[in-house]
Amino acid sequence: MENQDIMKPENIVYKKPALLTDNVMHYCPGCSHGTVHKLVAEVIEEMGIQDRTIGISPVGCSVFAYNYIDIDWQEAAHGRAPALATAVKRLCPDKYVFTYQGDGDLASIGTAEIIHACSRGENIVVIFINNGIYGMTGGQMAPTTLLGMKTSTTPYGRDPKLNGFPLKITEMLAELDGTAYITRQAVHTAAAARKAKNAIRKGFEYSAKDIGLSFIEIVSTCNSGWKLSPVEANEWMVGHMFAKYPLGDIKDVLK
Amino acid sequence: MAEKILMKGNEAIAISAIRNGVDGYFGYPITPQSEVMETLMKEKPWETTGMTVLQAESELSSINMVYGGASCGKKVMTSSSSPGISLMCEGISYIAGAELPCVIVDVMRGGPGLGTIQPSQSDYFQAVKGGGHGDYHCIVLAPAYAQDMYDFVDWGFELAFKYRNPVMILADGIIGQLMEKVELHPAKPRRTAEEILEAAPWATTGKPAGRARNIITSLSLDANTQEDFNRKLLAKYDAIRESEVKYSEYLTDDAEYVFVAFGCSARICEAATDILREEGIKAGLIRPITLFPFPEKEISRLAGRVKSMMSIELSLGQMVEDVRLAADGQCPVGFYGRQGGNIYTPEEIVSEFKKFNNLK
Amino acid sequence: MKEEIIIAGFGGQGVLSMGKILAYSAIMQDLEVTWMPSYGPEMRGGTANVCVIISDRKISSPIITKYDTAIILNQQSMDKFEEKVKPGGLLVYDPSGITRFPVRKDITICSIDAIEVAAEIGNAKVYNMAVLGAYLKMRRALRMENVVKGLEKSIPARYSDLIQKNREAIEKGMERVMITSETE
Repeated sequence: MENQDIMKPENIVYKKPALLTDNVMHYCPGCSHGTVHKLVAEVIEEMGIQDRTIGISPVGCSVFAYNYIDIDWQEAAHGRAPALATAVKRLCPDKYVFTYQGDGDLASIGTAEIIHACSRGENIVVIFINNGIYGMTGGQMAPTTLLGMKTSTTPYGRDPKLNGFPLKITEMLAELDGTAYITRQAVHTAAAARKAKNAIRKGFEYSAKDIGLSFIEIVSTCNSGWKLSPVEANEWMVGHMFAKYPLGDIKDVLK
Repeated sequence: MAEKILMKGNEAIAISAIRNGVDGYFGYPITPQSEVMETLMKEKPWETTGMTVLQAESELSSINMVYGGASCGKKVMTSSSSPGISLMCEGISYIAGAELPCVIVDVMRGGPGLGTIQPSQSDYFQAVKGGGHGDYHCIVLAPAYAQDMYDFVDWGFELAFKYRNPVMILADGIIGQLMEKVELHPAKPRRTAEEILEAAPWATTGKPAGRARNIITSLSLDANTQEDFNRKLLAKYDAIRESEVKYSEYLTDDAEYVFVAFGCSARICEAATDILREEGIKAGLIRPITLFPFPEKEISRLAGRVKSMMSIELSLGQMVEDVRLAADGQCPVGFYGRQGGNIYTPEEIVSEFKKFNNLK
Repeated sequence: MKEEIIIAGFGGQGVLSMGKILAYSAIMQDLEVTWMPSYGPEMRGGTANVCVIISDRKISSPIITKYDTAIILNQQSMDKFEEKVKPGGLLVYDPSGITRFPVRKDITICSIDAIEVAAEIGNAKVYNMAVLGAYLKMRRALRMENVVKGLEKSIPARYSDLIQKNREAIEKGMERVMITSETE
């Protein structure tokens, strides 16, 4: 049997989401970003909201997110994505608005913006990629870097006396009255990715209900920054990151 | 006949925003301009025109809300005073780099640092020469009357959308705080969704099938792409310099000496000019109304036929650099300024003028 | 026609609102106005003052050093502004709270017991309007019909009884003003 004979529509069991562009991704092999992009694209496609969705990309590895998902995008200054999203949603309340931010962007330089967007109960979705490191700038310590973890600015491991403690910002945000749905997910297995996709979809659906902000943390790998192979990175994440950042729903106001 | 209302310059900004179809205002309190947001909140325009008004958690956030709103093709604005504008400079640079239209009001106070809440004009450099990083310009308008505060909001949005460029209204504590008669022109409605698509086809309004996605960004890592973009910006700024210069002259026709002053200083210099004229000294005044673009040609023309010029500013001497560049050695250019919230009187300017020109 | 007025007293005496009503009345008479509160180092010390300029031409400098009229409601302001009245100008003051009376011989000086007027009307808030009445009587730059319109513009319609009381205070102020010294 020839390849051409196999590649028939009735035989397709998996395909690239229509909303993912053909641009070659700049992410490292093994990075979680690619998977999360795919999930976001699938959710937008399945909900049929491509023409009503505006994405806000951050500064960090996902700065070029706008090259990969075929919707209208705004590229924010470092940490400011929730401020942009606030204005977009308030000025265009019929649109679906989401930010896509890393841990340096959201949990360090952009803490004021995310806290106040949550506190105001903006009807937006925030996708928060937490890999405990600054990927794009070459692997420096992030606010979420684990104690003892080596990075280019903590070459002897993160020492709380020198570098402070890891920031569990997701739990903090759950305390705020303006948040509707707060969850922590991962995409290291097919089952985890399915759960994460459901969470993302719930976030988008909640954002149309005028009940407040939905926040989906994805505990992610940065095998380049962590100096591990993709497989080792997944194992390290399960063994170390999940202990500090346990998976599951933290808050759901409709439950 | 247009309705005439007594209002503060700051209130005029707010009322003008509502009446000129502005879609959103995002701000953070700071003296001496807090009346802008206070007036908007009191007027509740979301119940009438549908305008959004939001108090942000910082100036960083408010300018980035402006970025987000402007990216959707909406008419959005913010206001602040000097230290707040310093915080906004990052966002203003991004807005210039993403070629977004918006209006930013700066009701200047004294600095550097926390400085003073009293009026000042010491942010000319910040407004006209950049403030943020990179090769960019804001279009800078300098109001001198409460009526200007009202009128420049609409003019500012017209320029902002014409050139896809941020516009700064550079006022000062005096113009913000004084009350004057303001004529309200007929109100304009906010733009409809169709009108936004026409005015801003580049905006992120949601990607329909059949058009490429709209991306608002200021990022280009490729050297040639970035340089081409910078050249495109330069061409835009040149077009602005060619077409949008605005200034006013007072008794310059036969003047032998000319004051150059903007904002409240122009009004004080007008009174000083009257005093000098009464004494038989042929003084005149040129008031740049746009600071970028600067009225270089007009100042150069005057410099070619007067005995001297004098730049009068509530600063240590900022605009005077541009006056000297424009005069280009054709006549001596003097300077007098006050700081810290001290404001010169017309008599004080007359006295400094005579000192500079060796007149009795 | 150009009239440059300084109104000065303690915060709470209605200095700023008197200036505002004066300014609004001038707008109703189709004149140009500038209302400029003390906004500078002179605002220290608990006193409030506002400079109002009324003119039939566009107003240039809002910053002035000499006044056609000074309306003075406390001693500090008397000490500061008596000397700043232009020769031939007008000084209106409330004698209560004044320990050193004005001495200029080259200006017209008049007094108004505005506290008494406010007491008669039974509303302390109309104190400043009694002072305004004294000024309006002396200067006659503004017609009463425009002053009433100015009042209506400055006071929300729901306080219509207050507009009436203010008007009453202005009229009483006009009656009670006393010239204490005229230009020599």
